[in-house]
Amino acid sequence: MTSNPSAVSVITGNKAAAEAARLARVQVVAAYPITPQSQVVEALASYVETGLLNAEFITVESEHSAMGVCIGASIGGSRVFTASSANGLAYMCEQLSWAAGSRLPIVMGCANRAMSAPWNVLNDQQDAMSQRDQGWIQLYCRDNQEIFDTFLQAFRLAEEVHLPVMVCYDGFILSHTVMPVEIPTQEEVDAFLPPFQSSTIVDLADPRNINPVTLANPRGNVEGTLCHGYMEFRSMMQRAHVDALTAIDRIDEEFASQFGRRTGGTTRSYLLEDAEVVLMAAGSLASEATVAADFLREKGVAAGVLGLRSYRPFPVEKVVAQLKNARLVTVFDKSLSYGYGGPIFIDTQAALFASEKRPQMHSYIAGLGGRDIKARELADAAQSSLDWLNEDKGPKEAQWLNLQL
Amino acid sequence: MVETRHCEQQTAMSWPCAGEGGRTGDWRSMKPVLDPAKCIAAKKDSIVCMLCWVFCPDNVITRTAPPEIDLEYCKGCGICMEVCPSQAITMVPENEGQPALNVEETGCDV
Repeated sequence: MTSNPSAVSVITGNKAAAEAARLARVQVVAAYPITPQSQVVEALASYVETGLLNAEFITVESEHSAMGVCIGASIGGSRVFTASSANGLAYMCEQLSWAAGSRLPIVMGCANRAMSAPWNVLNDQQDAMSQRDQGWIQLYCRDNQEIFDTFLQAFRLAEEVHLPVMVCYDGFILSHTVMPVEIPTQEEVDAFLPPFQSSTIVDLADPRNINPVTLANPRGNVEGTLCHGYMEFRSMMQRAHVDALTAIDRIDEEFASQFGRRTGGTTRSYLLEDAEVVLMAAGSLASEATVAADFLREKGVAAGVLGLRSYRPFPVEKVVAQLKNARLVTVFDKSLSYGYGGPIFIDTQAALFASEKRPQMHSYIAGLGGRDIKARELADAAQSSLDWLNEDKGPKEAQWLNLQL
Repeated sequence: MVETRHCEQQTAMSWPCAGEGGRTGDWRSMKPVLDPAKCIAAKKDSIVCMLCWVFCPDNVITRTAPPEIDLEYCKGCGICMEVCPSQAITMVPENEGQPALNVEETGCDV
């Protein structure tokens, strides 16, 4: 098959995800349909059917099985891909932790959607945020080009640090909206992403048991060598996550040197250098916040944006370095840790605690269940927080943007 | 201080061997006891029957006459007793004939 020359296509976020998986030459795809992710695997199924992609497309009866297939195929040495959303992702939950604990480089798309109940298929980020502690890397994309680029980087990252990566992008807002996306040629992608070399080799001549019962304490193996207990494996997984922070940024640099574009790696900043007020968010909201920052700049407010791209691992040092000199940070969370607050707000506040110099922080909950958020509303919220600060009103409770209660 | 890093494993992995799943003998409350006078293989001094060897889920019974049971790893499931056609195997309480354990002897900090 000859691939088309590098070209700009006007495509949806879902199509961008499928194109990235195709050009990454994924070898096994297993997924179950769920709105708003379904188009990704529909596209991949048609690629496999028409011979455009040389992969096994394995149909399954549930998301739990989809991840089970991905785990088996990845252990067997294949580059694997799946995608899900909301309730599907929740159904996959038990297997997500198996994938991470097995240190498998599975790449998954998550078209972010609100969790039920009540039933809702529209966008917020509750689904992925609720899977925070499963051991997966989570990267959030701002637009369709970033979806495409992040997927390509995700395969490199996953296979280098031996951790699964969830590439998150806002359902409908990105998944079903068309934007120009530059698609490189197969040769260009091959140069960036070499074929997958498995670290969990399945060799019939050397049979082994992967993930045997591993209790609290280390235990001698058949040769008498003391092997890790559960805590040692978990500690190594944490170290891999922390080390992944530099890998994410470095892989983005390498990507930039080859393709001339960058995702920003762990964060993406806009007008932060002299910013007095920073708007912080993940996903498409971070993109929209740049428009709000422009509004505020027109009014003479030195506003900037910190887009959080890597939620896990959380880029503590980079976030602190970029926020500590601001006067005010307004965090817009599209999900909630019920009984406490917005997850990004909570983490950012904790990250800044050890910093001698730190800004005031205000939390906003926004866009749950697809509630529209306008750039003007983000600007107004940041302005009202600034007024609050100027009037010296003290701590400010989290505010739900555009709540009509 | 013990170090486990020499195993160089990033993920839990093991190679097939006796006791690969841990000292499963610790789980046992009843142990199988084989009576050679009833065992078909023992009586014929030949590799016959061998149903206990076939069905043992932990592979702790040898394919010998008579079969031998490795109590280090036998977890006491009793399947060998169930499948034995000549009732040569009986399950006997683990500490039968022993005095009841008291707190000091168990070393438990109660």
